[in-house]
Amino acid sequence: MAYRILIIDDSPTMRQLLTFAVKRLSGVETVEAADGVDGYKKLTNEKFDLVLADINMPVMDGLKLVSIIRDNPDYKDIPIVMVTTEGGKEDREKAISLGANAYITKPIQAPHVLSVVKELLKIT
Amino acid sequence: MSDEKNIFSRAEEFMQLFKKGADFTQDLLKENERLRFKVVQLEEENRLAKVSGAGGGDKLVVELNKKLQTIEDEMQKLLERHRTVEAENKDFANKYLEIEYENNNLANLYIASFQLHSTLDFKEVLQIILEIIINLIGAETFGVLLLDEKTNELAAVATEGVDREDIPLIKIGTGIIGGVAKSGENFFVEEIKPFDKFDPQIPIVCISLKIKEHVIGVIAIYKLLQQKPKFTELDYELFTLLAGHAATAIFSSKLYSESERKLSTIQGFINLLTK
Repeated sequence: MAYRILIIDDSPTMRQLLTFAVKRLSGVETVEAADGVDGYKKLTNEKFDLVLADINMPVMDGLKLVSIIRDNPDYKDIPIVMVTTEGGKEDREKAISLGANAYITKPIQAPHVLSVVKELLKIT
Repeated sequence: MSDEKNIFSRAEEFMQLFKKGADFTQDLLKENERLRFKVVQLEEENRLAKVSGAGGGDKLVVELNKKLQTIEDEMQKLLERHRTVEAENKDFANKYLEIEYENNNLANLYIASFQLHSTLDFKEVLQIILEIIINLIGAETFGVLLLDEKTNELAAVATEGVDREDIPLIKIGTGIIGGVAKSGENFFVEEIKPFDKFDPQIPIVCISLKIKEHVIGVIAIYKLLQQKPKFTELDYELFTLLAGHAATAIFSSKLYSESERKLSTIQGFINLLTK
């Protein structure tokens, strides 16, 4: 089965790292976006199975993006994974309370990202 | 008349009784026959059991013992094989983890070097260096300082978590940072202690940016992200990569920017002369 993952991060290095991590799953296709607005636009124009989003981004940050996605009934069930440098407990709790399904802190480990994605996509 | 009737009825009773007696005798004879046959049968079985018990039984026990031993030997072999396979499995699992770890490290190094050489724009190169240090190493406060060969001073050209102005000019050979720029040898603290306050002269890591043996600047890291308690093996690989590749990327992008600037100046002159 093919999965489409939307990667939203202002850092091209980070986008490449996340793409590398998730593409180890066979049949995964990724689309990249550089900020929250660009990401939301792509989410509403195409079909995705999961969103990986940074928190600190220009134009629209990741937390605002999560609340906008969850406000839209069409995307209330899409899994969202926050990938961020913010390692504080409050940041994590805030992201989860807004509707994020998982929270990964940087620097990332590809196997960890992969296991979180597999769990959310229910891939055994 | 009645006596005659009485006699007949008694004779009838007697006849019936006699018949019952005859039937009973017949049954007894049959039962006797059956029991005799049973006795003969049991005697024969007993004789056969006695015959097989003497000699033949020992043979059977020996054969059974042999079979039992063979089965036990096979079981031991199988258990041994199981242990070997189990150990091999563990070994493969460990190797798989090691390969996974190496694969991850190589991918990170590839991505870092790919990004570093993806542009000739000086500002972009600096931005990529910052991204690598934040996202791959996990540093929160750090600066990239370049050496001015005329003044022999190091000046911050890009920073994260601290303003550029907060890192003063550092003379080559002075303090940890100046010492790294002079010797070209990287500096790492032995133990990362909890961050107290920012001191631009005291980094936890200082990497020299070198092209061959020529130092063009340093990267000074003051604080790691709170979720990053210590450096990993990959970090040291990344430091080595940054020392070489970041230096080359900075140097070539600077040269490119300068040549672009000179080219546009010359173009301006040519335009002025030909007008």
